[in-house]
Amino acid sequence: MPWLIRRLAHAALVLFGVSVLSFAFLELAPGDYLSEMRLDPRIAPETVAALRARHGLDQPLPVKYARWVASAARGDLGFSFAYNTPAAPLVWTRARNTLVLTMAATLAAWLIAIPLGLWFAARRGGWADRAGAAGLAALVSIPDLLLALLLLMFAVRTRALPAGGMFTPGEAGILDLAAHMLLPVAALVLGALPVLVRHVRAAVAETLQAPFIEAARAHGIPTVRLLWRHALPAAANPLISLFGFSVGTLLSASLLVEVVMSWPGLGPLLVEAILARDLFVVIDGVLFSAVFLIAGNLLADVLLYVADPRIRTT
Amino acid sequence: MWLIRASVRRRGLVAALALLGAVHGAVLLAGFLAPYDPAEQDRRHPYAPPGVAGCEPGPCPVRWFVRDAAGRPRLFAVDAPARIFVLGSDQYGRDQLARLLHGGRVSLAAGLLAAALSLGLGWIAGAVAGYRGGWLDAVLMRASEFFVALPWLYLLFAVRAFLPLEVPPETALLLIAAIIGLAGWARPARLVRGVVLSAKERGYVLAARGFGASHFHILRRHVLPQTVGVALTQAALLVPQYVLAEVTLSFLGLGVGEPVASWGNMLAALAQYHVLVSYWWMVLPGVAMVPVFLGYLSLAGAVIESRDSIGL
Repeated sequence: MPWLIRRLAHAALVLFGVSVLSFAFLELAPGDYLSEMRLDPRIAPETVAALRARHGLDQPLPVKYARWVASAARGDLGFSFAYNTPAAPLVWTRARNTLVLTMAATLAAWLIAIPLGLWFAARRGGWADRAGAAGLAALVSIPDLLLALLLLMFAVRTRALPAGGMFTPGEAGILDLAAHMLLPVAALVLGALPVLVRHVRAAVAETLQAPFIEAARAHGIPTVRLLWRHALPAAANPLISLFGFSVGTLLSASLLVEVVMSWPGLGPLLVEAILARDLFVVIDGVLFSAVFLIAGNLLADVLLYVADPRIRTT
Repeated sequence: MWLIRASVRRRGLVAALALLGAVHGAVLLAGFLAPYDPAEQDRRHPYAPPGVAGCEPGPCPVRWFVRDAAGRPRLFAVDAPARIFVLGSDQYGRDQLARLLHGGRVSLAAGLLAAALSLGLGWIAGAVAGYRGGWLDAVLMRASEFFVALPWLYLLFAVRAFLPLEVPPETALLLIAAIIGLAGWARPARLVRGVVLSAKERGYVLAARGFGASHFHILRRHVLPQTVGVALTQAALLVPQYVLAEVTLSFLGLGVGEPVASWGNMLAALAQYHVLVSYWWMVLPGVAMVPVFLGYLSLAGAVIESRDSIGL
């Protein structure tokens, strides 16, 4: 498994680079939560200085970074000044909620995109294909933000679906969660679908030209089996790479959708933290998103490795 | 110039360019097309629905090609004290049409500036990395990897986080464009590098080198022209994405602030529940992004098609 080890090392390197970059960037930031606190006449300057020393904010950048890495390795992700609590439990909960939303959206988007793409590819040039292409072109022109706002508008006007949050207060059932997830997942899926369907269609349409498909057809293999068992696996390689890419797109879109639909994920937390200059929470939020994206890409690589023996030789 | 030649042949390209011309033209002519100034308040008519407001004794005919109180030409108006709100008014009774057109200036300018910056940086970095190779290539590409390792919006917010929060609206536009442009340099750089890498191994480039052509000459004459197609496609794809980025930042209060209008801070009103329920016209700045997206995305599609057909 030297291949997997190499990939993991590379992922760790990228993560290291991202964390150094975000620390360096935030070092340049004018002021933090504590410098705003200093403006408050009710708080003694000694108190602020003591807080600063306690969290190591008066140290130079390399020391600060080293301390942060050391404590992050123990699961301590710094301190949220705005919430006046350790950042770790806060960020973990939010990251989990983002993960739940994005995984559901990724799953739903692919489960819809693959059959749709196969169908369009099988009916190349037919009415379904052309109508689908027009519909997707229209959908791709609607930005995520508008999509989310329109869906939310629909929800609050019809009162058919809960408009925001993750649970109804006092309830914690899986059905309640599903009802709350429906709207944000729909916004994410509709936003991601055009790109996915187009790629599935293009990849499958290309394979359908191949001689082995002709041969299989000549053997009398029914169309559905031909599509799912012969064309789709042969067309899978670019689609698996696209899977990694789609994780990034969905995470990014999810930030916005979370804020619009008040889903308690990383998105709203990050926006609040930036507005409050809550330094550690910003870094944690950004790094969590990087971890998710890198994990998604890694998963795509592993899937590719499993699906295509040719990759294993390189 | 092949763009013009290609546009003669392709209806899709013509339609895209016409749509984009209309959108940008309308935004440039904001002062003429809208009957009021974007910051002009009318506290008597908050959240007035589209139509004529305050027309008590009536009738209030619409007059075309008039001059307003300050003597500026306007396409249309109604006589005071009545007010015409073609797209309704906001919470301060400001004309949504005026704010939409003036806000479009801000949002489109931010998108265009940021795309120019991203593309410029990416082009230089990609060309240098691809042509020069060696350690410079390694450093630049590693750096770009860190930038693409973050989901786009998270990256944008991370870059936004280290800049001051309260900036005057005039500098905010430039600041936002700079942030978006900086955050997005990596993708064009990687694409341009790929093209340069393959272009510099072409036979005629090697021949030119054999004749003793300088690096500058080879880049300018033989290598960079190859990247024009990729760069144009990227530009057409980046502009709508960056317009949306500005709108997103301003929507969340991290971008261009009041009283200057931008599509993003206009949409921020929808964060209030009652606005979402009762005043549908407040969502129109979001709808205004649709023709922008449609225009630029079909332009990108048409450019890719023409590139294929003339082999760029």
